[in-house]
Amino acid sequence: MQLREIAFARSGDKGDTANVGLIAFRPSIYPVLVKEVTSERVKYHFKGICEGEVERFELPNLRALNFLLHRSLGGGGTVSLMLDAQGKTFATALLRMEIDVPDHLLNRAD
Amino acid sequence: MNAQPVAPEALLEEASAAVGLEERPLPARTRRDGGRRVRVASGQGFWGDWQEAPKLQVRRGSIDYLMLDYLAEITMSIMQKQRDRNPDAGYARDFVPLMDDLIHDLLEKEIRVVSNAGGVNPEGCRAELGFAFADESLPRRPRVAVITGDDLMDSLDDLLAAGHELRHMETGEPLSTVRDRVAAANAYLGAEPIIEALRQEADIVVAGRSTDTALTYAPLMHEFSWPDDDWDRLAHGVVAGHINECGCQASGGNSLVDWREIDLTLPGYPIVEAEENGTFVVTKHPGLGGRVTWETVAEQVLYELGDPTEYITPDVIADFSTIRLRDLGRDRVRVDGVAGRSRTDKLKVSIAYHDGFKAVGALTYAWPDAVDKARRADEILRGRLRHLGLEFDEIRTEIVGAGACHGPLAGAPSDDLPEVTLRVGVRSPDRHAVSRFSREIAPLILAGPPTVTGFAGGRPRVQEVVAYWPALIDRGVVEANVQVETMEL
Repeated sequence: MQLREIAFARSGDKGDTANVGLIAFRPSIYPVLVKEVTSERVKYHFKGICEGEVERFELPNLRALNFLLHRSLGGGGTVSLMLDAQGKTFATALLRMEIDVPDHLLNRAD
Repeated sequence: MNAQPVAPEALLEEASAAVGLEERPLPARTRRDGGRRVRVASGQGFWGDWQEAPKLQVRRGSIDYLMLDYLAEITMSIMQKQRDRNPDAGYARDFVPLMDDLIHDLLEKEIRVVSNAGGVNPEGCRAELGFAFADESLPRRPRVAVITGDDLMDSLDDLLAAGHELRHMETGEPLSTVRDRVAAANAYLGAEPIIEALRQEADIVVAGRSTDTALTYAPLMHEFSWPDDDWDRLAHGVVAGHINECGCQASGGNSLVDWREIDLTLPGYPIVEAEENGTFVVTKHPGLGGRVTWETVAEQVLYELGDPTEYITPDVIADFSTIRLRDLGRDRVRVDGVAGRSRTDKLKVSIAYHDGFKAVGALTYAWPDAVDKARRADEILRGRLRHLGLEFDEIRTEIVGAGACHGPLAGAPSDDLPEVTLRVGVRSPDRHAVSRFSREIAPLILAGPPTVTGFAGGRPRVQEVVAYWPALIDRGVVEANVQVETMEL
């Protein structure tokens, strides 16, 4: 399934780096995000868009992961020629990722 | 603060929400246990934000402070360009008519304004406010504070000579490599000058490059007399500031969750209702649109976040991985548990420097084969630029409607799209080359692929690129100044 069925996100910029905050809809899903949505996978997902490293930070308190996608915004700020120079649409781009979620977690209500 | 038990008052709130009792926002400055709450309302999240928002914050409910954040990383560069053209400009111009509109209410309700509307010219901003406040019917004369000292332009060479290299925080390059092209250099100031302005009974604080979050936490430090080394309480203030600084983004704007259901016609912007111990509730005025939930606040907490364990401000380092959010229902979200630690001995400096020129042109192609036509037009355009012998640092082509935002992730575009917009941008140190490019878009209308439109805007504008150079400087070399003045008739 697509990540957007189990999580939501918001993205923004710091210079030429895009940040994407990814939040699980339910607490029981958070461990799935930690296991599946690794920085390597995100880097691969954004190939052709993210030219630099991908860093990942965990925020279990918000059942969230924060990704920094370096060298992704065409130079960033006023230098960038990109339509989305501030990385505002990177959030839903990440939510396109295909992910496997165990059935017992999908059906759990928490 | 993490290890401490939950305040009884918070449990009461939680319990009343759980059993569905009406939980109305309490009047400011009163609380069930006789303590005090201070309400800091967010009125602007960027320069150009919705002008009605601050008016609704002032007129549709009770608040103590109105916080107006006008400055993003690129805003200082834009303001600098404006001041280059006109020495009286360089601040958030729409701040003045807004204050003109609100000044009666602000004085009558004793609401104080804390803003960074001054941009690169806070004194110019105050001068204009003087004209706006030339109104004999005001209940009293307003006091306006101007905060300066963030502008390092005049001392830049002395700083560099003294060994402050101002290296780029991402690339590590020293500023000397672009020194002759620097247009502006401003240190991010912290809470201290804002607190001083409030101590001197300013009604309106006009700062320049004050840290966005400080516009919210400085009033809290002032009201509650928090010591400036009470790291946990300051860290709560920083989170409050981070939630407030993007306006409606914390109260339903740009929210992915339930976006169809949230009425954003006349949204209430967020209000932070803080207590002496630092903990706070995010809410909004009842009767307005928007929504404050765990989800809307969590999304904003993550916005533009770097390493969550070190959110660095001039006054404290906050650990966002300790934030606890609890949805109390009825547009109230409680925030507590935030840990902070000692501030660093550096301040961040925002430097703007001239970095060539750019222009972006666009044309729209209609069905059938819209994408193919746009691609062909792009090839033709690039061929003509080569024919002219023009060179650019970058030529970027995007096809809006066919993956301009998500690139390859969007998949191959359908060959049946009703229309797409070809968007081509160029960047070069050579103004002439960029200007020449801007004349090559229109000819594609007659000498290019068919069913083209969308050139009503005319030739693409040549824009000067003023790039951003973030750096750090020793805190000791930056001295903030506060001037509070009663605006006499």
